Amino acid sequence: MTDITPRQTGNGMLTHLGHVMRENPVTALSFGLFSCFVLQAFFGQWLVPYDPLATNSARALEAPSADHWFGTDQLGRDVFSRVIVATRLDLTISVLAVAISFVIGSVLGAVAGYWGGWLDSVLNRILDTIMAFPLFVLAMGIVAALGNTVENIIYATAIINIPFYARVVRAEVNIRREAGFALAARLSGNGHMRTLAFHIFPNALPPMMVQVSLNMGWAILNAAGLSFVGLGVRPPTPEWGIMVAEGANFIISGHWWVALFPGLWLMLAVFTFNLMGDGLRDLVDPRRRT
Amino acid sequence: MLSVKDLSVAFKTRKGQVDAVRGISFDLAPGETLGIVGESGSGKSVTSYALMRILDAGGRISAGDVSWNGRDLRAASESAMRSLRGREISMIFQNPRAALNPIRKVGHQIEDVLRQHGRATRSDAQAKAIAALEAVKIRNAAERYHAYPFELSGGMCQRIVIAIALACDPKLMIADEPTTGLDITTQKAVMELMRDLIRERGMSSIVITHDLGLAAEYCDRLAVMKDGQIVETGPSAQIFANPQHPYTRKLVDATPRPGVSIRDLLPPEARMPELPHDTDGRAILEVVDLVKTYPGKSGPVHAVKGISFTIREGQSVGLVGESGCGKSTTSAMLVRLLDPSSGAIVFDGHEIGGIPAERFLRDPRRAQIQMVFQDATDSLNPRHNAFDSIAEPLRRLGRMRGARLAARVGELAQLTGLPAHLLSRYPHQLSGGQKARVGIARAIALDPKFLILDEPTAALDVSIQAVVLNLLADLRARLGMTYLFVSHDLNVVRLLCDHVIVMQDGQIVEQGPTAKLMDAPEHPYTRELLHSAPKPPAAPFAMGHAAAKAAE
Repeated sequence: MTDITPRQTGNGMLTHLGHVMRENPVTALSFGLFSCFVLQAFFGQWLVPYDPLATNSARALEAPSADHWFGTDQLGRDVFSRVIVATRLDLTISVLAVAISFVIGSVLGAVAGYWGGWLDSVLNRILDTIMAFPLFVLAMGIVAALGNTVENIIYATAIINIPFYARVVRAEVNIRREAGFALAARLSGNGHMRTLAFHIFPNALPPMMVQVSLNMGWAILNAAGLSFVGLGVRPPTPEWGIMVAEGANFIISGHWWVALFPGLWLMLAVFTFNLMGDGLRDLVDPRRRT
Repeated sequence: MLSVKDLSVAFKTRKGQVDAVRGISFDLAPGETLGIVGESGSGKSVTSYALMRILDAGGRISAGDVSWNGRDLRAASESAMRSLRGREISMIFQNPRAALNPIRKVGHQIEDVLRQHGRATRSDAQAKAIAALEAVKIRNAAERYHAYPFELSGGMCQRIVIAIALACDPKLMIADEPTTGLDITTQKAVMELMRDLIRERGMSSIVITHDLGLAAEYCDRLAVMKDGQIVETGPSAQIFANPQHPYTRKLVDATPRPGVSIRDLLPPEARMPELPHDTDGRAILEVVDLVKTYPGKSGPVHAVKGISFTIREGQSVGLVGESGCGKSTTSAMLVRLLDPSSGAIVFDGHEIGGIPAERFLRDPRRAQIQMVFQDATDSLNPRHNAFDSIAEPLRRLGRMRGARLAARVGELAQLTGLPAHLLSRYPHQLSGGQKARVGIARAIALDPKFLILDEPTAALDVSIQAVVLNLLADLRARLGMTYLFVSHDLNVVRLLCDHVIVMQDGQIVEQGPTAKLMDAPEHPYTRELLHSAPKPPAAPFAMGHAAAKAAE
């Protein structure tokens, strides 16, 4: 009766994080890159050498140099500053979009998976309808219809991702609906809602984490893509998609750095999120905690 | 004909090399049936995979020789093994449904094997497949040829698997847990069929099982495995009469069989006298004409067709039947997870069958009726540690928090024999027996009056089953609980219960005091159930028992 630890403490979580990272160097790398992006997002605007919006026509389209690490664009703005400052906007869009689709998708999927029946059929058909559209075109349509703002990019990105979450949760909940531990939870006085929310749903988290990390990459690409085609974020706001779109015009004339560096950052961000998937899953899965 | 010498099998894992089999040797003569018996993790299945050279990735034969009619199987090429498998040595796997391809007709699956080994041509394959089906005594073989696995019962699927295994007249058949998961009457039918076919064809066979009683009834010789080693080998009857190794003795003791008490399952040094429990209290649960009907695609399905019985306070009642007889539906209704279609459940003088399950959750009597679930692994939330699993009913229904909660959980752990340091572990870090204890601790957390035990030992090894059954008997006496023990195994039910109810097709066919029902069953179905239980050599048991008594 000496050492009863009722709950896993915060300290335990940290140890576990350390364990997961040691186990898998790729995970450690992705978590490292992720923290770099988070730092950029929070402190980027104070760290950069130039004002990302300040133009300087005297030094337009300069190649990378000691002064301008990533060169300058057609208006003489510092590409490095713009790439770093854009991180906050791109991450905000993708995190918010993924959070919204995670929450809505989880609720819909959990309800459909647990109760089944006509509710399940109706929800599934609605999700099928969303999936039937080419997703990027659907997102374009939504932004075009709702208006050209950052919030609408977030909503559009969220809506096209809901089916993925809903389906994963539905399947995971469905196979555990009649599991012994779910019945035992009900014998302990939990109603259907509590059983679903606190006993069954958390077991869907590990595959959901993989979904989240893949989705973050997609969401960033989607936001950048929308800006690239001229929807959503408007110039001169620094945003990776717009910067690539603007820089694309100058590639033919040999000014490759204007498009390359925002594109590189975009790629790194997507890469980071995709690599994080396995690590996040291991982090939320108690079975890895041995 | 088969000779295994110093066979070792090692698996590479993330935590280094694991030796699953450590230097076992045995010989098999033509026409002989060898039983390899052991508990989970003893390496018995790995041994058979090694013989067939179908070990999982990462596993390899690290030492020893396997020779088959003079041929070295360890050195044989993969293509040589391929032609050997199915033609000379064939294998039957544990789960017949998983062993059959679900989207192919069973007849075609038999044809595949025949044609693979050149035993049939396109033109005569069908006729030969039907003949193979007839050989395993499948009625209407020509019709069954066109059936898909999902259309057949578990026993029927296992017959098909046997037909496939025997299609090419192999000389050796390896059966890995051939009847686990089958009903007891089906088990008997399948085992007898297998024995007859093997004798008829003069084949040898290896039967791998955890069930010592089953192995003893159907095998000539037994090899008992533990931790990758054969601890004892000998003729079946001798192993039972005079087990030499302490582990074999423990296994023999722990096997439920007629004529022993629940304490006899334990090793002699652990046999405390059984505490008496009072069985003639007032009626605590009365079930009157209980019916459950589900809507089905082809008309309503009658799962439970109007059953009535009474359970007295302190009594332990066994509810016995085979899969699909309605015993699980009945227990789900009694524990109020499922609403009955009609009928009454009177608990402690009040009708509770009419209260909808969702409202009963907040009923003060919720804590009085609890349940221990069949599969201990499945019944524990993988994301909750043992402490949280046991604490859940205390938190929700008992409104306990903090130190009081921790003290109560500690007390329950002690009561169920769960070491306190295991409380912070997650289910995957616990053994089967430990998980069963957590499940029992959770069920008795709120001092229920009535506990439903749904095959609580079905997934456990016999030695752990013995301990858990005795734990349940102790708890009954100490806490004065009333049990409803749901099981398919009359031999186990007999050990714990005072009264037995036998169900078939949603109806009660017989009920009465345990001794009377076991000794003089009236209904033919009860007789069939009793008759189907594996019967290990009886006389040696009595001797072993007497010897143990004398030793005391």
